[in-house]
Amino acid sequence: MKLNERSLAFYATCDAPVDNAGFLYKRGGSRRWFVLRGNMLFYFEDAAGREPLGVILLEGCTVELVEARQEFAFAVRFPGGRVRPYVLVADSQEALEGWVKALSRASFHYLRLVVRELEQQLAAMRAGSPASALTPTPALTPTPAPVLRPKENGRAAWSTQPELLAVPEGPPLPPRRQASAPNGPLALAPFAQLHERYGQEVRALRSQWRRGQPSPETPWSPSVTLREPWGLISEGNPGLSRS
Amino acid sequence: MRYNEKELRALSRQPAEMAAELSMRGPKKGSVPKRRLVKLVVNFLFYFRTDEAEPLGALLLERCKVVQEELCVFSISFLEDPERKYHFECWSQEQCQEWTEALRRASYEYMRRSLIFYRHEIQKMTGKDPLEQFGISEEARFQLKSLPRDGWTACLDSQPDTLN
Repeated sequence: MKLNERSLAFYATCDAPVDNAGFLYKRGGSRRWFVLRGNMLFYFEDAAGREPLGVILLEGCTVELVEARQEFAFAVRFPGGRVRPYVLVADSQEALEGWVKALSRASFHYLRLVVRELEQQLAAMRAGSPASALTPTPALTPTPAPVLRPKENGRAAWSTQPELLAVPEGPPLPPRRQASAPNGPLALAPFAQLHERYGQEVRALRSQWRRGQPSPETPWSPSVTLREPWGLISEGNPGLSRS
Repeated sequence: MRYNEKELRALSRQPAEMAAELSMRGPKKGSVPKRRLVKLVVNFLFYFRTDEAEPLGALLLERCKVVQEELCVFSISFLEDPERKYHFECWSQEQCQEWTEALRRASYEYMRRSLIFYRHEIQKMTGKDPLEQFGISEEARFQLKSLPRDGWTACLDSQPDTLN
């Protein structure tokens, strides 16, 4: 399959701030310089490289913590089950947190969700209802009881796909279009719903760990130790702690 | 450059923002226009032989320039090599305009600029940062300084679609 690789390489090295960068070890040991830009994760021989060795398209991936011999490991996994995940190892807790956070929010889908949400808020405000604009409208359909999204081995994962949404999405509105009649409460629901779901997951996980026992819905594989995740909801979380 | 082709192929099968059979001509000198199924999915433009399920190729749409060349023809080129153009012939002027506008807004970078623009506007109107309620106000990729250093920040007062 052809790809405009030269343009990709220029995008990787263009003069714009990156979304994250640093050394990571690939499974098998080699250390590479990784650069995250948009929904693409490029890797170079070293930090001075002008030509990427390769790129991982991140659309649709989930990012998970991994318990491994190496301490600061995470996996980038794609649906389908047949392709092995990319296991990458950072050199510190801080770097690990930074990467997992950045990669979890790297997808175009996620960005588009946020843009649509802001677009709706702005349209609502311009239509003259500022009080309602900043409060996400509750979903029309009742939110189901919090259930961890099932994973094959019980690891919690943060998906770059908004697949938790109950509301089907149409094609995105172009940003400039002024919606004279906003799409309605359902259009505001998806993003708020997504965060509410994540928030419920995180709260459920936290209370389980405090009790020290896995719940029946979360059959943690014995070979996996889950560390406390950072919340996607609030920046004030203590983040990963290694107790 | 290595890339995860399997995931790119999977992406090409996802629902498209836009899809149409267009006549496509590659950038090489002497290339011949060919009928292709062209499909826009996130920031990629895939092109297929009209009777095949697997894409022939994909164009990442970052740092590209989309120009309406003629009434029914638009071109895509990339900033680092503006003379190398992919040409697409449409069935109507309307279709051509529709594609031109959609492709200009299709990049991740354009979407990011839109976010920063809306965030800025809402903040101006309300005094509040709309990203705070979602806990992502400190996210590096949504900061003003994440924009390229080529004058985009000066355009924050204009509508996103004039930033191109």
